[in-house]
Amino acid sequence: MKVLSIKGLEAWYGRTKVLHGLDVHLDEGGFTAVLGANGAGKTTLLRAISGLVTVKGDIEFAGKSLVGVAPEDIVRRGIAHVPVGRGTFLALTVEENLRAGAYLLRNKADIAAAIERAYSYFPRLRERRMQQAGTLSGGEQQMLAISRGIVSRPRLLLLDEPSVGLAPLIVEEIFEIMKQIRTVDGVSILVVEQNATLALKVADHAFVMETGRLVLSGTAAEIANDDGIRRSYLGY
Amino acid sequence: MEALLQQVVAGLATGGIYASIALALVMIYQSTHQINFAQGEMGMFATYIAWALIHWGMPYWPAFFLTVVIAFLGGAFLQRTVLRPLENASHLANIVVFVGLMITFNSLAGLLFTYTIKTFPSPFPNRLIFDGLLSFHQLGAIVVTGTVLLLLFAFFKYTPVGLAIRAGAQNPLSARLVGIRVSHMLALGWGLAAAIGAIAGMMVAPIVFLEPNMMSGILLYGFAGALIGGIDNPWGAVAGGFIIGVLENLLGAYVIGTELKLTATLMIIIAVLLFKPAGLFGQRIVKRV
Repeated sequence: MKVLSIKGLEAWYGRTKVLHGLDVHLDEGGFTAVLGANGAGKTTLLRAISGLVTVKGDIEFAGKSLVGVAPEDIVRRGIAHVPVGRGTFLALTVEENLRAGAYLLRNKADIAAAIERAYSYFPRLRERRMQQAGTLSGGEQQMLAISRGIVSRPRLLLLDEPSVGLAPLIVEEIFEIMKQIRTVDGVSILVVEQNATLALKVADHAFVMETGRLVLSGTAAEIANDDGIRRSYLGY
Repeated sequence: MEALLQQVVAGLATGGIYASIALALVMIYQSTHQINFAQGEMGMFATYIAWALIHWGMPYWPAFFLTVVIAFLGGAFLQRTVLRPLENASHLANIVVFVGLMITFNSLAGLLFTYTIKTFPSPFPNRLIFDGLLSFHQLGAIVVTGTVLLLLFAFFKYTPVGLAIRAGAQNPLSARLVGIRVSHMLALGWGLAAAIGAIAGMMVAPIVFLEPNMMSGILLYGFAGALIGGIDNPWGAVAGGFIIGVLENLLGAYVIGTELKLTATLMIIIAVLLFKPAGLFGQRIVKRV
């Protein structure tokens, strides 16, 4: 079953067209990576899904169109977006950041359970729960950002460049936990990543984008094992 | 010695008023990162509404609470109608609007209620307490300010909506992505600030008398208080308000005389901005890079 179906998606920043008719389909419960160089339109794709840019075309989530829906309402449909740069509320404590993430949950017990769940994935955040979020290290802030995304209990989690600026070991740890989140919570994950090697190791599907177009899609294994693709698009 | 004590206590009493104005400024600052220069005039106008209600025969406390509600709705309405179109505009554009609002409310009050000075009743008995150190009204004003502060603190710290307002102010994009309707939070912040301003107006009016310009000086003292305490810290703003109140009284009585009180306050503002922009208790947002 498809959780997200995108057809003929076009998007603009002002007059500059950055997405030129994209078709993307995500499996329910899947872990999909979007790869490509800088300026390929990966971030714009995520921003289009969560309503942050005006688009033409069709975005269907769980059978309903998302086009023209405000970002605040798209979260309510079950899509959590962790923006590039992590979007931390720097002056709030770690726990307050998570409470903000759980803003849409109405029931106190649900909120506590969701936050507890995030702490069980990232125990380091529990240790620092009363600390101002701005004092966390980059890796901890990324853990906080992912946690902020999952406490809203989304059906689809969008992650934008979770590895940016982090040490390789921490990135691997974070990706490992993302895999667990996918299997244990049954969340579908769409991750934009420059670190293609790592993304292809954990994802089961991948898309490659180039200047606003989709140039390739397939299982992660297919893409990882094709030397031609690797050399032309992924640069390693 | 007794005279000194009296000056300090009187300073604390007016400081309470400055503290509430400072608090209202901080409220708007926390949700919009802007200083509302019309804050004082909005409070003054609300005080006129209370005056009219009492004048028409409403008892003091019902008039007080009705005024607070009207001010809240009015503040939220102003944000929705006048300021919302400017949400993405520059700070300067907003400042022009604030100044415009200030002049509008001032003139409107003069037009509707005339510029004649009016007496405004105090809900507290008219007598001195603590061996004549302090009037009952001054003590009452301090208690009212303190209660408002505690309620606000609890609201911001312990309720989901309070958290949503803080989150929306700090990072509007992230806030929208977790489902917070940031634009509504701004209206709520404006409503709260207007309500606090109204309370400050009603507490100060029995002391300075009611007239359209009664808040102009007080806004400046409140602004100085907010800056001294740290513009993003509600507790600091309140402490700063009290500090300014006492400082103003002591300087006025012993050092510079009453004529230069406002000048001294302006100099304090400049000094704080130059040497300690975060204020005494302001939060420096720590960011690791």
